[in-house]
Amino acid sequence: MLANFAGVLFDGIAYGSLLFLISVGLSVTMGMMNFINLAHGAFAMLGGYVSVTLLSRFGVPFLASLPLAFIASALVGLVLERLLYRRLYKASHLDQVLFSIGLTFMSVAAATYFYGPTQQPVLLPDWLRGQISLLGLDVGAYRVFLIGVVVLVTVALGLLIERTRFGAQIRASVDNQTAAAGLGVNVSLVFSLTFALGSGLAGLGGGLGIDVLGLDPTFPVKYMVYFLLVVAVGGAGTIKGPLLAAIILGVFDVAGKYYVPEIGAFVIYALMVVLLILFPAGLMRRKA
Amino acid sequence: MLPKPKLPNDRWQPLEIVFWLLPVAAYFAFPGYLVLISQIMIIGLFAVSLDLILGYAGIVSLGHAAFFGLGAYTAGLLAVHGWGEPLSGLLAAGLVAGVCGLLTGFLVVRGQDLTRLMVTLGIGLMLFEAANKAAFITGGVDGLSGMMVGKLFGVFEFDLNGNVAFWYSFAVLLLVFVVLRRVVKSPFGLSLIGIREGVRRMPSLGVNVNRRLVAIFTVGAAVAGVAGALLAQTTQFVGLDSLGFPRSAELVIILVLGGTGRLYGGLIGAAVFMLAQDYIAGLNPAYWQFYIGLLLVLIVLFARGGIMGGMERLYRMVKPERKEQP
Repeated sequence: MLANFAGVLFDGIAYGSLLFLISVGLSVTMGMMNFINLAHGAFAMLGGYVSVTLLSRFGVPFLASLPLAFIASALVGLVLERLLYRRLYKASHLDQVLFSIGLTFMSVAAATYFYGPTQQPVLLPDWLRGQISLLGLDVGAYRVFLIGVVVLVTVALGLLIERTRFGAQIRASVDNQTAAAGLGVNVSLVFSLTFALGSGLAGLGGGLGIDVLGLDPTFPVKYMVYFLLVVAVGGAGTIKGPLLAAIILGVFDVAGKYYVPEIGAFVIYALMVVLLILFPAGLMRRKA
Repeated sequence: MLPKPKLPNDRWQPLEIVFWLLPVAAYFAFPGYLVLISQIMIIGLFAVSLDLILGYAGIVSLGHAAFFGLGAYTAGLLAVHGWGEPLSGLLAAGLVAGVCGLLTGFLVVRGQDLTRLMVTLGIGLMLFEAANKAAFITGGVDGLSGMMVGKLFGVFEFDLNGNVAFWYSFAVLLLVFVVLRRVVKSPFGLSLIGIREGVRRMPSLGVNVNRRLVAIFTVGAAVAGVAGALLAQTTQFVGLDSLGFPRSAELVIILVLGGTGRLYGGLIGAAVFMLAQDYIAGLNPAYWQFYIGLLLVLIVLFARGGIMGGMERLYRMVKPERKEQP
C-alpha cells in the first residue's frame, strides 16, 4: 500500500516535471510578455515530431534527437515571433486567443497531413527501458531520466535568468520596456530570443514526453489545458510557481487516474477551478 | 476589434427588417435545405448568446458550450423520460442552463482575463467529463437517443422535411432576439459596454460591476441552453460533442467571423461558417480545420471586427458625411 503510494507519487512527480518543462516557456510569454498563447502545445508537438522523424527515418540516437528537437522548435518560434506574434503584443486578449487558436488548428491539420492521425511510436534505447530499484522502490528508468533532465534544465534556466547578462536583460525588459530600451537594451531582440527559448523548451519537452504523453495530431488541443493550467495556477511570469503547480497537478492527475479511474480527468479540472478561485492571481506572484 | 461604443438607438432599421425576411425567403427558395437553415438559425442563436458575454461584457469565455450542452441534455432527457412537450422542454432547458450560469457566473467574474478564460474552460471540461463518465444517464460517447419529441402546441408534428423544425427555430430565434436586442439597448446594456471599455471607472458611476457581469452571464447561459434544447428537439439527438471544447472554440470563431458586440454578427457568422462547412464537407476534415485556423489568423491580423466590422467600414467610406458627433 505504502510502496504503491510512493510509486504513484514518483510517477506524478515525473509527469509533473515534464509538464513544467513544456509550460515554463508559456509562463514567460503569458506572464512577462502578457500574451495568451494557446498555441504553445503546437511547439511541443513540433519537437515531438522532429524527434520521432530523426529517430525512425534518420537513425539519430535518442539523446541526440532531443537537442535537435529543441533547436527546431526554437527556430520556428523565433520566425513566428518575428513575423506574427510581435504584431499582437499590444492587442486585446481576445485577439491573442483567436490568433493562437488559429495557429493550433493549422498545426493539427498540418500534422495530420504529414503524419496521419495515428499515435507515433518511440523506440527508447535499452538503458532507458524497464525498471530500476531506487531506495527499495521499483521505478521506471525513463521516469528517473526524465526527472534528471528536467532538474538539469531548470537549474540551467535559473542560472541563465538570475546570473547572466542576457537574464538581466530579460528581467529588465519585462519589468519596464521603456526604461530598459532607454538603457540600451534591444528589447525587441530580447523578446524574440526569450520567445524562442520558451518554444525550444516546449519542443524539448515534446520530444522527451512522447513515451509519457503520447504523440498524435491532437496533442496541442489535448494538453493545451494542462499547460495553461500549470501557468494559470502557478502564477504566470515566475519559475517557482509553475514548478509547484506542475508537480501538484502531475501528482493529482496520476493519483486520480490510478485510484478513481471512474471519474478520471474530472479530478484535475475540479482542482484547477478550486485553486483558481482561491488564488485568482496564481500560487506565486511575480515580484515587480 | 469591438465596435465603437455608441448611444443606443432602439428603432428598428429597415435593413434589420429585410434581414429577418431572408430566412423566410430561404424557406421558399431552398426547400431542400430546411434542415441546414434551421441549424444555422440555432447556432446563430447560440452565437448571439456568446455575444452578450464576450461582445458586450468583454468576458472571454472558452466554455460556453457547457450551457448549450446542459440545455440539450435537459430537453433530451425530458423527452427520453416521457416529457416530450417541446415548449416546456425549451423553458426547462433555459432554466437549468441559466441557474448553472448564475452559479458559475460568480466564479467567472473573479480575476482577470486569464483566470476567467481558465475557469470557463475548466467548467466546460468538467461538465464534459461528467457527461462522459455518467454514461448510464447520458449515453456517454454514443449520445442520447430514443427521444420522443411531442407535437408543437399539440398540433404540429416534427416532420422529416424539417418544415415544423424550421418555423419553430425561426420563431424562437426571433422572439429571443427581440428581447435581447431590447436588453443590450437599455441602460443596462450600455453599462455593460461601459464595463467592457473601462472597468475601473464604472464603480464611480455607482455601477456594481460584478453583479452586472453575473447577470449578463446568466442571461447568456440561459439563451445558450435554449439553443441547445432547440437543436436537441429538432434533431432528436444529443451527443457529447454538444458540450465539448471544440464546440466552444468553434462558437468563438463563428462570432468573431461575423463580428462581436453587434448581435447580428453571431447570426451572419453562423450562416457564413456553416454554409462554408457544408460546402467543404466533402473534403478531408483536416483541410477544413487548416482553413479555419488560417481564417482566424487572417481575421486577427487584417480584418478586425469580422464581416460586420468590414461592412461598417465600407458603409462609412461610402457615406462619410453621416459621421456621428460624439
